[in-house]
Amino acid sequence: MGAHIPILAIAVPLLGGFATPLLAKLHRRLRDLWALLVVLFVGACVGYVAVHVFAQGLWVYVLGARSPQETLAPGGFPIRIMLVVDGMSAFMGIIAGLLALVAFPFALKFLPEEEGKNLALTLGLLLLAGILGMAYTGDLFNFFVFLEVTSIAACALIGYRTWTSRAPEAAFKTMLLYSLSGLLFLLAVALLYGEYGALNLAYLSAQLRGSRVDRLALALFLGALAMKAAAAPVHFWAPDAYGEAPAAQTLLLVVNTQVSLYGLWRVLFTLYGGVWDAGLGWLVVAMGLLTLVVAAFMALLQTDLGRLVAYGAVSQIGYMMLGVGVGLATLAGRPDYGLVALKGGVFHMLNDALTVGLLFLCVGAVEWATGTRDLRELGGLGHGLPEVALCFLLASLALAGIPPLNGFASKILIYEGSFRLSPILTAIAVLASILLLAVYARAFQGAFLGPRAEVPRRVPAVFLLAMAVLAVGIVVLGLVPGFFLEGVVTPAAEALWRGRAQYLAAVLGG
Amino acid sequence: MIGNLPFVACMVLIALGLWTLVFKRNLIKLVIGIGLIESGVNLFLVALGYVRGGVPPIYTYAPAGAPMVLPTPQALTLTSIVIGLATTALMLAFAVVIYRHKGTLDARKIRDLRG
Repeated sequence: MGAHIPILAIAVPLLGGFATPLLAKLHRRLRDLWALLVVLFVGACVGYVAVHVFAQGLWVYVLGARSPQETLAPGGFPIRIMLVVDGMSAFMGIIAGLLALVAFPFALKFLPEEEGKNLALTLGLLLLAGILGMAYTGDLFNFFVFLEVTSIAACALIGYRTWTSRAPEAAFKTMLLYSLSGLLFLLAVALLYGEYGALNLAYLSAQLRGSRVDRLALALFLGALAMKAAAAPVHFWAPDAYGEAPAAQTLLLVVNTQVSLYGLWRVLFTLYGGVWDAGLGWLVVAMGLLTLVVAAFMALLQTDLGRLVAYGAVSQIGYMMLGVGVGLATLAGRPDYGLVALKGGVFHMLNDALTVGLLFLCVGAVEWATGTRDLRELGGLGHGLPEVALCFLLASLALAGIPPLNGFASKILIYEGSFRLSPILTAIAVLASILLLAVYARAFQGAFLGPRAEVPRRVPAVFLLAMAVLAVGIVVLGLVPGFFLEGVVTPAAEALWRGRAQYLAAVLGG
Repeated sequence: MIGNLPFVACMVLIALGLWTLVFKRNLIKLVIGIGLIESGVNLFLVALGYVRGGVPPIYTYAPAGAPMVLPTPQALTLTSIVIGLATTALMLAFAVVIYRHKGTLDARKIRDLRG
């Protein structure tokens, strides 16, 4: 049983998703309970996988065989589908499991029954299955299939409220970008297949010679995954998508962008780790800087609380790209500061999940209580919703990187590492952070301060519980970052930094 | 040269699709653009697996020693076609809903979500 945990983490939410509408026919309570059980099971699975991987190294799970060596065809050619979970995949799994555990209880209360609650829960579980599939798979074509599973589930989740006029529009826009991204990815996979005749990531990585076809494929991978991770200049779908999806399900969309970013790291560090080029790192750094600056400026202009938070979320993608990009740019000499920046970038993924997740939950709570998200109409909610106000303030400060909260813990590592590469990078990143602080201070002031306003609906306890979980996480990660850095972030960053040889050896043997 | 014709055709299809995405503003045409790129990629996959003079890859029926076309790209293409069907259907469904709300399919006139 324990040997099959990685595949169960993908299969159970898939089954759970499709069973959800059927169970709803029997009883709604039963469906809610089922969705909760599935998410709890997934949380337990990703936790188990993570503990196992951090303690004992890579976990290779082969579908239909006991070990990867049994599947090698005469030329040392792995012919079966396999899941390869290394430190980075396990880390990504934890983020997905954590946010799902928070999002689903919130969603059960938040989504109105008559407004397609069945659909939202089903699609949420399918999205979760796709995300975990992307995180765990060791096969490029499998990655493509899970990429499309997440694309379809995510877009349906954005646009299922067809009675509003904005949701389908956001969904169409997003779907167009996601489809294009998926097709570019498939074309890249086809190019590599045409050259090397394999789809297994480790085998391809060992074979890659950096030919012109490989470079073309790399460009396509980069374009496809950056598009799906909402990196500038192809970020414009993200604010619409985050803004229009129901607040609770937005958390899953945030993980979805992060897992695309994870795919990008996987391609850059593992697949192309052998034919690496410093220019690539600088490209990722440049995209990261562009993303964080553009998104911070766009956040200034927003009057909708959901879209404002969404632009904040996009800008955080820029910090991750900056941190990991510095690591990639310095991969040749592997200096210490490169690893520091890389750790910062990876750590920031976890911190972003917590802070942006909490901000979206606050937006959901405000919308639940007042029925609007428009900053021009909101005001004075701090009197009626003090807990929500406190959480929003906490998350805003963490997002802007104010000590002693978790955003500071990871940003300081990114600043430290990037400063050694070039101080200009750090200066731009710090300025964008200050800008974000201004943006969120304005949003906080607009929504929560001011004369006492009517709060038509009380916020239920489960909302506060979900928010409290994330808020506690933000504070704890900020106060004792060393513990998490050592236990969780370092194995993930090391998997990218030096883990390629182990990854290849675990799959190909020898 | 004539052997490369399928690859040229794929690239033409993909380029046409990208051109459609960039220059057309009708939502249905945008979906068609995605469809063109998809056909190009699928054709590329199938063309990759072709072996000159190859027989279908069925071991029990193949004459001994005859070269077979590669079966994997065909399986990939089938998967990709199924996924393409789902994405196209979903996008068209959204286009229908947008048309009901706005009475137009012109992307320039649908601008609730700018900025």
